[in-house]
Amino acid sequence: MSEAISLRRSTLGAPGAGLALRKRLRAVADAAVHPLTLDDVLDHFHPLRRDTELRGRIVSVTPETAESATILIKPGKGWTGHVPGQYVRVGVDVDGVRLWRTYSLTHGPRPDRNISITVKAIPDGVVSGHLVHRARAGQLIHLAPAEGEFTLPTPLPGKLLLVTAGSGITPVIGMLRNLFLRATPVDADIVLVSVNQSESTAIFRDELREHAAKGHITLIERFDDRDGLLDVDTIDALVPDYAERLAYACGPAGLLDALEQHHAERGLELTTERFRPVALATEGEGGSVTFTKAGTEVEADGATPILDAAEAAGVLMPSGCRMGICMGCVLPMKEGAVRDLRTGELTVAVPGETHADGVPIQTCISAPAGACRIDH
Amino acid sequence: MTTVTNKADNPIAHLSEQDIAEIGEKLDAIRQEVIDSRGDDDANYIRGMIDFQRKLELGSRAVLLFSVLPPAWLIGTAGLSVAKILENMEIGHNVLHGQWDWMRDSKIHSTTWEWDNATPAENWKHSHNQVHHTYTNIIGKDNDLGYGIMRVDEEQKWYPMYLAQPLWNFVNACFFEYGIAAYDLDLGRNLSRPKDKRPESFKRGVKATLAKIRKQATKDYVVHPLLSAPTGSLLPTLAANFVANVVRNLWSHSVIMCGHFPEGVETFELASIPEKESRGAWYLRQMLGSANISGSKLMHIMTGNLSHQIEHHLFPDLPSNRYAEVAPKVRAVFDEYGLTYLSRPLPQQVASAWHKVVRLSFPNGWLETTNAKNLPQQLAALYKIATADKRKRRVMLRLLERKAAEQQELATAA
Repeated sequence: MSEAISLRRSTLGAPGAGLALRKRLRAVADAAVHPLTLDDVLDHFHPLRRDTELRGRIVSVTPETAESATILIKPGKGWTGHVPGQYVRVGVDVDGVRLWRTYSLTHGPRPDRNISITVKAIPDGVVSGHLVHRARAGQLIHLAPAEGEFTLPTPLPGKLLLVTAGSGITPVIGMLRNLFLRATPVDADIVLVSVNQSESTAIFRDELREHAAKGHITLIERFDDRDGLLDVDTIDALVPDYAERLAYACGPAGLLDALEQHHAERGLELTTERFRPVALATEGEGGSVTFTKAGTEVEADGATPILDAAEAAGVLMPSGCRMGICMGCVLPMKEGAVRDLRTGELTVAVPGETHADGVPIQTCISAPAGACRIDH
Repeated sequence: MTTVTNKADNPIAHLSEQDIAEIGEKLDAIRQEVIDSRGDDDANYIRGMIDFQRKLELGSRAVLLFSVLPPAWLIGTAGLSVAKILENMEIGHNVLHGQWDWMRDSKIHSTTWEWDNATPAENWKHSHNQVHHTYTNIIGKDNDLGYGIMRVDEEQKWYPMYLAQPLWNFVNACFFEYGIAAYDLDLGRNLSRPKDKRPESFKRGVKATLAKIRKQATKDYVVHPLLSAPTGSLLPTLAANFVANVVRNLWSHSVIMCGHFPEGVETFELASIPEKESRGAWYLRQMLGSANISGSKLMHIMTGNLSHQIEHHLFPDLPSNRYAEVAPKVRAVFDEYGLTYLSRPLPQQVASAWHKVVRLSFPNGWLETTNAKNLPQQLAALYKIATADKRKRRVMLRLLERKAAEQQELATAA
């Protein structure tokens, strides 16, 4: 292998010269399409190529339950892979508006390089509803590189405890698929406590039972409508040897808080993954606006434009017409919510869900609706 | 054209404060309806338009690689001209207005977009979005009225140099993108200042503009001609790029002249605008200060929907593809409150705007008092006025205006 590479290199001549030539050709191409770049033009023909914004094309949408579906995605060539348990930020255009959300990757690295996410449509969830019910094969979506620390260590410890609730199963199914789809299955003692509201809403129910039947895992199923809400103290009875197991948990905050306390009290380690790290205040009017670069915090009521409040507090702000028409005052909001004073419309930015560069807002017609952070 | 408040027959005198407030509410409601219904169709429209424009430009430039052949030259030049017009009008102008910011697509956003024009987007957004759109048609505040080099209003003092303004206007039209760049820099005013008194922002602006012009010129007049050289098409490609730029400039200049120049468009006195202008009053100024071009859908697209200049000035940040749909509703508001909705086909609007440029290049009343028979005497009089000293000129100008008024009275009496 290394020989082949060195051979190919030698036919190209000095590697530096090839690179310099490529750079020069690239500069000519960019000059020929100014003010665009070559990438802007190529995007119209090959949006999934390397060296461009990371995108993916939906290969298929497979329903899992009535309210959830697995979206198989062919990622662009720039996708650098992921470790099972990690998540990906996905940018989807819903009613023409690009919205970003984070979903766990449910398929481990596959031979065809495709990745998948499994989405549960939550009530009033704009993006989840869109992905489950309206997304179609062939559509382009936007991606960010995989992130997340919720991954299994290597080598794998002998005993594992996985606790999931609802769509908390999604990072875990990725782990299990990766472990058991290999030619030589791993030899590990895995207990999975899978909590769901009811049997019919349990995602991957059959696949998990199949893993259990094959002896891959010990599956403990809990359904709220049958067994009542899970009390974490019953873990002691459900999994008597839990103290010997490396523990992972993913699910709603209530369950994770209780589990963390349970394990901490016993001096045990627990790795958790939370769906939504920040509780967002979208109710109520007004709030504090933090300007990250200026290092200033400004209080504003729900009727005062952020621009006015900031200027009154001495923050140097870009501004223009001050009536919402010239876009001279647009700044990226990294976190929080603002209300359009003309329409009452709410714009929300959630780190990890909305675009990493923030959501651009017009400060001259926006008032804070809760605390918000603006990159300026 | 005389500022509204100085007119004998003020077109808004019949409106009460209440009426103006109602107009504001009605227009706000029209705007809200569009905002509530923005969606996939609109996003697909602008993405489709950008896709079409880029492929048309690419295709035309590919054809121009063989522009030594006359049919290839013609097709390539025509295609490139259309591509450049779409890029500036329906895409660039509207994206830079933030009409598509709601999509949250970082590639189609007013803060990231750069266009195929000599003036950098940043400079243009200030002079156009901020100054022109906020102070529309206020004499002395809105430099779009005459771009600071022309006399566009009877109330502006006449100087002999204005005699050449039709010629300037034509030259400006041919090289419109450079005119706009100079205008965005407020070049005239800044150059007349001593060097050390010029603001920092001007120096930065000049630097950015020169860099932009260099890149634009490199693309059109160096890179593409050189790429065509192997087929012997260097010079034809150079010519094609020049022609496409001039065609684009002439077209956009014509469209923009139609927006605020035609006869019947109102202008306003700075003193008549209150410190805190109400939303309704601001709307009213946009309504009276703009004019539309009537025509087909293709005409609307090629003008960047600035054919709906009235709707655009009322709602500069609504997606351009929706102006046609709101136009009848806007017109109904005009009719309800007895206001004139100015809309004519392109040739008529262009002719009207040019007529005004020519008429105002002469002193007030000169053209009105001139006919084929008295032309020699009138020319002699004009020469006298132009060469007279300040005081004498003022007297002669007043006499001429009085003569025109008398003539007008006689004509009406008859």
